[in-house]
Amino acid sequence: MLKVKNINTYYGKVHALKNVSIHLNEKEIVALIGANGAGKSTILNTLSGITPARSGSIEFNGELVQSLPPDRIVKAGISQVPEGRQVFKGLSVADNLELGAYLRFCAGESKEKIRQDTRHIYELFPRLEERRKQMAGTLSGGEQQMLSIGRALMARPKLLLLDEPSMGLAPLVVQEIFAVIERLRVQEGTTILLVEQNAKAALKMADRGYVLETGKVIIEGNASDLLENPEVQRAYLGKEKKEIWER
Amino acid sequence: MGIWDPANECMSREELEQLQLERLQATLHRAYKNVSCYRNKFNELKIDPDDVQSLSDLSKLPFTTKDDLRLNYPYGMFAVPLREVVRIHSSSGTTGKPTVVGYTRNDIKTWSNLMARVHTAAGITHDDVVQIAFGYGMFTGAFGHHYGAEIIGASVIPMGGGNTEKQIMIMQDYRSTVLVSTPSYAITIADRMEQLGVDSKSLSLKFGLFGGEPWSESMRTEIESRLGISATDNYGLSEVIGPGVAGECEYKCGMHIFEDVFIPEIIDPETCELLPPGSVGELVITTITKEAFPMIRYRTRDITSLDYSKCDCGRTLVRMKKTMGRSDDMLIIKGVNVFPSQIEDVLVAIDGCEPHYQLVIDRKNSADFIEIQIEVTENIFFDEMRLQRAFIDKVQKKIESVVGVSVGIKLVEPKSIPRFEGKASRVIDKRHS
Repeated sequence: MLKVKNINTYYGKVHALKNVSIHLNEKEIVALIGANGAGKSTILNTLSGITPARSGSIEFNGELVQSLPPDRIVKAGISQVPEGRQVFKGLSVADNLELGAYLRFCAGESKEKIRQDTRHIYELFPRLEERRKQMAGTLSGGEQQMLSIGRALMARPKLLLLDEPSMGLAPLVVQEIFAVIERLRVQEGTTILLVEQNAKAALKMADRGYVLETGKVIIEGNASDLLENPEVQRAYLGKEKKEIWER
Repeated sequence: MGIWDPANECMSREELEQLQLERLQATLHRAYKNVSCYRNKFNELKIDPDDVQSLSDLSKLPFTTKDDLRLNYPYGMFAVPLREVVRIHSSSGTTGKPTVVGYTRNDIKTWSNLMARVHTAAGITHDDVVQIAFGYGMFTGAFGHHYGAEIIGASVIPMGGGNTEKQIMIMQDYRSTVLVSTPSYAITIADRMEQLGVDSKSLSLKFGLFGGEPWSESMRTEIESRLGISATDNYGLSEVIGPGVAGECEYKCGMHIFEDVFIPEIIDPETCELLPPGSVGELVITTITKEAFPMIRYRTRDITSLDYSKCDCGRTLVRMKKTMGRSDDMLIIKGVNVFPSQIEDVLVAIDGCEPHYQLVIDRKNSADFIEIQIEVTENIFFDEMRLQRAFIDKVQKKIESVVGVSVGIKLVEPKSIPRFEGKASRVIDKRHS
């Protein structure tokens, strides 16, 4: 479904992604694991067109999308749930969700159809329905995360990019969010690329994973294998210290 | 017949190549970072692992040879600290030091799954009783088959090598359905059964998985008819992982190489140039998932060719032909790797032995046999038979201790061994003629 080959992304002079190649098959959950600054979020931002790659190719369902602007990428079927949720705090829950379908509305889809989807989001997140008239800023962190995911789903994405969905949430809420992600795959058949600090939890849910270190992929493998890999621990903990052993 | 891991064995070429590229790039980053041998080689050639942006870029990378492994004896090629290694194996002692290979927990898991693929392709299921007649110990063969059969759920009998009569007894009493051994040992078993008057029809044996040494199609026919089984070939080498690199399916038209784990290339052993698909040449293997012991462009020295055409079994993996020989002078005697140079070193070291010798390898009663013919010189001409006998014993013991297989010694007349101009061919292998 998604095929990324040799992308290089820079922040000014900083070479953030070095020849990164990854792929996602349909209905897969793939986790990106790595220390702070390893380039996990940059991959998501590059895929969604926010920080475009300077070179390399991104093929999504047969279409090359690496040089498209973010709105066209959303239209192609990739939606991002940004780090820190980024809900519109001064708008109601319902308005936040409808904004997620903005591009569909612009493309001429009927309000009725979009409302139907809103109802569907409420089925997924009953808590959002309870609070649909509340300002998003008054929601708890977990509820804001659900809203952020719901808003992304309103664009009817084929691929969902999730950036740190568990950040700053209480353990019980994290469990709830992860249960929702799992449900998305089962019920909606959504393909998910997941960036997580909580490597263990992410790998427990994911099918496969990539381990990043300083902008490079150093390991690709089944999630269950990665969980057992000592190098994953090292990369995740960001330890630069090398173990010395007798030669 | 079943396919153990259809997701990885039946991928489209396009999917496979994306996966291979990702894994190759990750492997190169790790190998460059953690193994000084690779880092130094790359730096010398001014190659950055980042330069590899497609599978065809692989051919720009330097080869790894057995010499590299020897120079880095014992742990220099490991890409993880020793405390993350859960298993150490080593290849049969070649000249000087043996080569040492290591596995992490995940490597053992990968290996087991690969062997489960090999066994499934050969027809093994959880209903089978698998008798493993490979030596356990430092060799990889027995362990690989053991894990693969166990993962499938078959009942494994870790019989080990040798003790043919007991092998036959166990085969009868435990109702073994699968024999895992070298092909020549299968024939030894068949011979002994004949001597003992055991009818193969009275056994439960259905399948044989044979490897560890090259064998011909006619040998397959012989084994199949004498033991009443379906015999398949499988390929591997300890430097790369052990058995589990490739295995035959029920169509017996070449061994499927597990390309999601290994990238094969065929090169001209003389010029080292990459050869187009289908050419006969030396097999070069790059591992793309191994953690403890990544191998980049390892020269296997085995001569074969690759067939990318579709196989009726449904696997999309490339097939390698039965190996047709070696690009070096290594001999495989009873599954043990023997280099003529090892024998020469011993002969030179023994007083008074001018290295005019010749190795004759033959199959006697279907077992490999190596005879070393040494020209008699004045120094080793003894009037007394007793002294001569003692000399032969000494040479024989010394060589056996170095190469690890039993040898025969024969003294021959001076100047009776043909002299060669240039490169001497001191080996006469009668097994394949």
